[in-house]
Amino acid sequence: MPYLFAAYTVTWVVFFVYLFFTSRRQNELEREVTAIRETLDNLDSSKNDEIL
Amino acid sequence: MIVDMYLIFIWAPTESVMGHVQRIFYIHVPMAWTAFLAFSLVFLASLFYLPVRKAPGWTKRWMLWERNPMWDAVASSAAEIGLIFTTLVLITGPIWAKPIWGIWWTWDARLTTTLVLWLIYVAYLMLRSYSNNRSQAGVYSAVLGIIGFIDVIIVYRAVDWWETQHQRLVVSFDRFDVASDMRVVLYFSLFTFLVLFGYLMWQLMSIKQLEISVKEASDQLSMSRSRDTRG
Repeated sequence: MPYLFAAYTVTWVVFFVYLFFTSRRQNELEREVTAIRETLDNLDSSKNDEIL
Repeated sequence: MIVDMYLIFIWAPTESVMGHVQRIFYIHVPMAWTAFLAFSLVFLASLFYLPVRKAPGWTKRWMLWERNPMWDAVASSAAEIGLIFTTLVLITGPIWAKPIWGIWWTWDARLTTTLVLWLIYVAYLMLRSYSNNRSQAGVYSAVLGIIGFIDVIIVYRAVDWWETQHQRLVVSFDRFDVASDMRVVLYFSLFTFLVLFGYLMWQLMSIKQLEISVKEASDQLSMSRSRDTRG
C-alpha cells in the first residue's frame, strides 16, 4: 500500500507543479505583451500630439 | 481524472498475485504510451520543420517546403511533455518493481533503453536552452528529434528482442493478455492521460505563441525608440 500511495502521489504532484509553472509562465508573458503594447500605444499617441 | 481514480481504486479488481501494487500499472503503462506518442510527434514535427537545404546549383524543385517555425514549436512542446511523462515512468516503474522484483532498478533492456530515451530528450531540451541562435537550435534539435526516435522503437521492442527482467507486452495492438475489467480501466486511464497531454500541448503552444508576440512587440518598441532618438 505505501508503494501505491507513493507512485500516485509523485505522479499527481509532478503534474500539478508542472501545470502551476506553465500557467504562471503564460500569465507573465500575457502581462509582458500587454505592457509592451501599452507603451507602444503611449509612444504613438504622444507622437500624434506633437504633430498636432 | 476523478472518474479515472474511481475506476482504478474502486472499480478495478485487485490482482491476485501482486495485490494493490498492480494498480500502479494503470498509470505507468498509459504514461509510457503517451510519452511514445509525444516523441512520435517530435519526430514528425522535426521532419516537417527540416526542409531540404537549398545548396548552390540546386533548382527550386528541391525545396520541399519553406521552414515553418510552428513545427519547431510543436516538436519542442511535445519533447518537453514527453520528458515529463518519461520521468514519471522512470519513477513509478521502480516503485512498482521494489515490492514485486525486490529491487528498485536493474540494467535490464527495457529500463536501460528508457533511461537512454530520457537522456536523449534532456539533451534535446538542453541544446535548445543553451543556444543563442533560435533558428540554429531548431535545426540541431530537429536532427536530434529524428535520430532520438530510433530509441523509441528500441524501447518498445526491447522486451521482445532481449528477454530480460521486464515483463513482455501484455497489451498491444493485437494482444490483450489482461482481464477485460482491467483492460477497460487501462484504456480509460490512457484516454485520461491523452486528454492531459492535449491540454499541456495547447498550453505550451500558447506560451510559444506569446513568446513570439513578446519578441515582436519588443522589436517594435526598440525600433520606435531608436527612431525617436534619431528624430
